[in-house]
Amino acid sequence: MLTIFNLHARVGDNEILKGVNLKVRAGEVHAIMGPNGSGKSTLAGVLAGRDVFEVTEGDVLFDGKNLLEMDPEERAREGVFLAFQYPVEIPGVSNTYFLKAAVNAIRKHRGLEELDAMDFMNLMKEKLKILHIDEDLLKRPVNEGFSGGEKKRNEIFQMAVLEPRLCILDETDSGLDIDALRTVADGVNALRSPDRAFLVITHYQRLLNYIVPDKVHVLFDGRIVKSGGKELALELESKGYGWIEEELAHAARA
Amino acid sequence: MTGVIDIKETYFSRFSELERALGEREGSPLHRLRQLAIERFAELGFPTTDDEEWRFTNVAPLAQVSFRLPAANEPPAVELKQLLPSWLQAAAGPRLVFVNGRMIPTWSNTDGLPPGVVVTSLGQRLATGAVPAPLGRYADFDVHPFVALNTAFFREGAVVALPKGCVLTDPIHLVWISAAAGEPIMTHPRHLILAGVQTQARIVESYFGPEGAVYFTNAVTEVVLEESAIVEHTKVQQESTEAFHLAAVQVHQDRDSRFTSHAIALGGGLVRNDINVILDAPGTEATLNGLYVGTGRQLIDNHTRIDHARPHGASHELYKGILDGQARGVFNGKIYVHPGAQKTDAKQTNKTLLLSDEAQINSKPQLEIYADDVKCTHGATIGQVAEDMLFYLRTRGIGQDEARRLLTFAFANEVLERLSVEPLRAWLEARFLQSPTAGRETHR
Repeated sequence: MLTIFNLHARVGDNEILKGVNLKVRAGEVHAIMGPNGSGKSTLAGVLAGRDVFEVTEGDVLFDGKNLLEMDPEERAREGVFLAFQYPVEIPGVSNTYFLKAAVNAIRKHRGLEELDAMDFMNLMKEKLKILHIDEDLLKRPVNEGFSGGEKKRNEIFQMAVLEPRLCILDETDSGLDIDALRTVADGVNALRSPDRAFLVITHYQRLLNYIVPDKVHVLFDGRIVKSGGKELALELESKGYGWIEEELAHAARA
Repeated sequence: MTGVIDIKETYFSRFSELERALGEREGSPLHRLRQLAIERFAELGFPTTDDEEWRFTNVAPLAQVSFRLPAANEPPAVELKQLLPSWLQAAAGPRLVFVNGRMIPTWSNTDGLPPGVVVTSLGQRLATGAVPAPLGRYADFDVHPFVALNTAFFREGAVVALPKGCVLTDPIHLVWISAAAGEPIMTHPRHLILAGVQTQARIVESYFGPEGAVYFTNAVTEVVLEESAIVEHTKVQQESTEAFHLAAVQVHQDRDSRFTSHAIALGGGLVRNDINVILDAPGTEATLNGLYVGTGRQLIDNHTRIDHARPHGASHELYKGILDGQARGVFNGKIYVHPGAQKTDAKQTNKTLLLSDEAQINSKPQLEIYADDVKCTHGATIGQVAEDMLFYLRTRGIGQDEARRLLTFAFANEVLERLSVEPLRAWLEARFLQSPTAGRETHR
């Protein structure tokens, strides 16, 4: 579903991604771990189309289409969803209005009829129920005055409503207490399906106790330097990232 | 400057025409008032940008047009139905509709008002020789040349008077339409709102004209709130973008009264709104909300002045502007806390969204505080559509243009959501969601 080949990206003169290679198939959950500053959020930003990042080399194919050529909204309509590390507050726009605009833009792109008010509300209620979220959320302005946990839950709710094929979670676990973490993880697990893939970016292994990945990758200094199964995450948790650095230095000397 | 003399002469000769048409008795109180006002206008003349109060608003274009007085019962040049927006047609409540300076009885309706309530045409009152007592007492024409001009020229408007304890649920609509064929007209609407002790009412003033038409509206509204009165005053200005719209609202508040203003400015080529509120007794509260939208070459100037003259007064002010194209905005918010007005609580905010590189705003808070136990704050922000919000919306599939519209609406909505006249609020919401600058397109 997603193929990243030799991806290089920079901000200004600062090269952050230095040749990322990654293949994600439908139905899989991939975790991307790495120390601060390794390029995790840059990777998420590049995939979503954030324009502060300049791609200097490489390709990203999504279902065979060149993702890098698309505007952020086109990517979303094609089925890419980014759950933000820091969801943006939009005072003055209710969640209902915001999601209705989003759902209908995506439906239009897929050649479906726009939902009327009634059908849309039914869809909202169904998704709220799955995620055990109170209906109040719909009337509130997007993320305004939300706690950290509420913001992250709202991201997962949006994901549930927009039904993307590729879900990118950018440090969705950061700053969450254990209850909020569980709620978010339950939401993600409820959305797992054979034709949907997840890219879970995290600094800590903890989230992966609840969202069990098929593959774990270590991003280090702008490259994926190690890949493995879910046990790799546990190893990183107990040993930290230092040993990876040593291993790399060792390999460079050899 | 010969131009200035000429333009004054034009207004003097119009004044003579008016005197002849009205046939008011020389020396009658009303005639005397008009005389004083035109004399004062003669002394003041049109303001120039050297005048601090008019520094960013050059009225020279107004002085270049020779406006005529509309004829008696001059019919509208276009069908009224086309000029009245759907919100007004859908709105409930009594109404007075004025076209080209005259009240149109067939379009007006004051049925079903509680006993003792007066909602009537000022013109009809004047024709009987009865001048409503406080007319001209509050709107001071000594310093403001356009109030002087209005006081010399007014002949129509509304007189609204609520007897003690009267509570009106539906708003009263005062609709002012300028739509004359031929040479540009000027009208001088004059409204008087008298809210007695413990009354409650909503007044909605609206101004319209066919797009592209050149005319001059010079309105003055006096609002008097007696003890514990609650008045909400909404003004919707949707004049032609070639029109001149100058308006002053003068509010006088007695003990424990509450006044709220919503000033929505969408149209007009050269627009100046003055709102002056005097909190002249303890325990009063005034809220001034404003939203102005400019595009093309529109100039929209909002001057507000709140006089905290007595202790325990509160004022809240929020003015927001959206400017596109080469539009210019001016916000000047004066808060004057008089000696002895202790425990005053005043808060003023002005925010501007600039949608183009050429749009401009001059924002000036002006706090003068002569009491020592008060709380006064002010803040101004000027900015563009936030990139992080835009990106967030786009990652959810919302296209760039729609995302911009949505964020512009969000900016405006902080003011819109406070509107209590639901058809108006809904109509404005729909307009904003349709087009980022919800005013009309300019035809230049």
